[in-house]
Amino acid sequence: MSREERADTLEAEALHVRAGSFPAVRGVSARFQAGQFAAVIGPNGAGKSTLLRALLGLTRPESGEVRLLGRPLRAWPRPERARTLAYLAQGEALPPDARVRDVVALGRGAGAWKWGLIPTRPWTQADEDAVTGALTRTDTLRFEDRRVSELSGGERQRVSLARALATQPRFLLLDEPTNHLDLAYQLDVIRHVRCEAAGGLGVVAVLHDLGLAARADRLLLLHQGRVLAQGTPEEVLTPPHLHAAYGLRARVTRDAGRLLVIPED
Amino acid sequence: MALPAAPRSRHLGRTAALVALLLAVIVLAVGLGSVRLAPGEVLGALWRGLSGAELAGNDVIVWQIRLPRVVMGVVVGACLAVCGGAFQGVFRNPLADPYLLGVASGAGLGATVGIVAGWPRGSIPLAALAAALAAVTVTLALAREGRRFPPTRLILAGVVVGSVLSAFTTFLILRGEDRARQVLAYTLGDLGFSGWRDVATVLPYAVLGCGVLIGLGRALDTLQLGDLTARSLGVPVERLRLLVVIAASLATAAAVAYVGIIGFVGLIVPHVVRLAWGANHRVLLPVSALLGGALLVLADLLARTTPLSQVGVVTTLLGGPFFLWLLRRGRDE
Repeated sequence: MSREERADTLEAEALHVRAGSFPAVRGVSARFQAGQFAAVIGPNGAGKSTLLRALLGLTRPESGEVRLLGRPLRAWPRPERARTLAYLAQGEALPPDARVRDVVALGRGAGAWKWGLIPTRPWTQADEDAVTGALTRTDTLRFEDRRVSELSGGERQRVSLARALATQPRFLLLDEPTNHLDLAYQLDVIRHVRCEAAGGLGVVAVLHDLGLAARADRLLLLHQGRVLAQGTPEEVLTPPHLHAAYGLRARVTRDAGRLLVIPED
Repeated sequence: MALPAAPRSRHLGRTAALVALLLAVIVLAVGLGSVRLAPGEVLGALWRGLSGAELAGNDVIVWQIRLPRVVMGVVVGACLAVCGGAFQGVFRNPLADPYLLGVASGAGLGATVGIVAGWPRGSIPLAALAAALAAVTVTLALAREGRRFPPTRLILAGVVVGSVLSAFTTFLILRGEDRARQVLAYTLGDLGFSGWRDVATVLPYAVLGCGVLIGLGRALDTLQLGDLTARSLGVPVERLRLLVVIAASLATAAAVAYVGIIGFVGLIVPHVVRLAWGANHRVLLPVSALLGGALLVLADLLARTTPLSQVGVVTTLLGGPFFLWLLRRGRDE
């Protein structure tokens, strides 16, 4: 493995993380690459969200290590870390009375805090451009002046995505970004993050829908806090893996070049 | 990072109108009372006082009696509105008000102890202030979980502390019957005793507390995205929450200690401002200060000139129905 390749990664090494007192992640090693769209899948309680939070540095691991761009995450100063890793939480809260553009502008505040509380640098044209860019890339520019309360669920999710992209991070970590969205909006979110990954961003998304996960470049299948399989969708989405993880018998077929997972009763 | 430029210009006209309203209310309130003064006379008296001329006749009424009361109204109204807005933001709870963590019941108990025990009038606010800060400290201690202060635990602890202290207050009132009226008057809020000395005592707490809260506006905006998201953006959420609680409690405790418990201003004003000015805390909090100040002076004017007699009665009587209307309006949308 070359030096550069290594420098553009977010890695977990033998990671153990507790969620409260429960050992949710038990020895996970994985490597996520910039420019790739990776999906973390697995049944409820497999440790997906906990793994994501540990990768972001929001939860301190019990043992093991997270490395960002080749450097241990705990050695990163908080501001730089906030500018390099963006997070889209599950069901992210948005202030209903706020205007879309103001919400997205919050993403520019990443890491720019004195004592973590007072903004440190003036608002510049570069900030303005980054916000406009994020709005444009998520198709939210046309309602930038509307209030959040006037938007549909799918539109709100795109606003949250724009807020995360406005930071201009190296990696974007999303926790079930397609939850509660209709089919068209689910595909829409996946299309947007695929597009960002193609532009060089590292994307790691926790997904429940295996059909959507099949559109990722790489999959990480978790089960009871451990890695059951990782690799390309073809390598991971196999009947034996699905049986081991979900206790389901399922057929995996191809249709028009896409993997389809069909559970059997 | 400073403000994006747009929100400022968008609100300029509205904010200028509000400043004009505040100044008009001040002149009106200074002019009205048993001796009526036209706005011109009020402005003249204010000018003579400011230019250091000898005060005589009505100028004395303006400077010694009406103005300190009105200024106290502005300061307390601004305090309650800013603290209410900050609490609603930091707890992400639209029903939060500055009394959430037991400040009011603490101040009430402190004042009641002083009144029932027959302490001198001047020491009552100090007793109220001390008790209010003690009550918040107890709330914080009860809510603490290691180094964290989870919002739900804070709110629950505040409710418990508030109830227990109120029960004590009731007990003392029942024992010291002859002073019950005095205690009740305090509990309902009254600007009637405010002199310049009281204003000078409350002002530093108000300026410090509200200044800190307004300075934290951008961090509060970010917190609206949720604790985890705010942390992912580099905001130390626990530190922010503790700082807001301390700053707001200091300002509220000082205000309540000197004028009693004035309901609904801290709850309603931020809601009104949010409707017209949006949810941006760097705008919301200063604008709330202006509106809160104007509203409280107006309410006190009503209290002085109608049989409602006490400002706390006015704000609660008018604030309750108004808040209901506000809630219904939100639901209809």
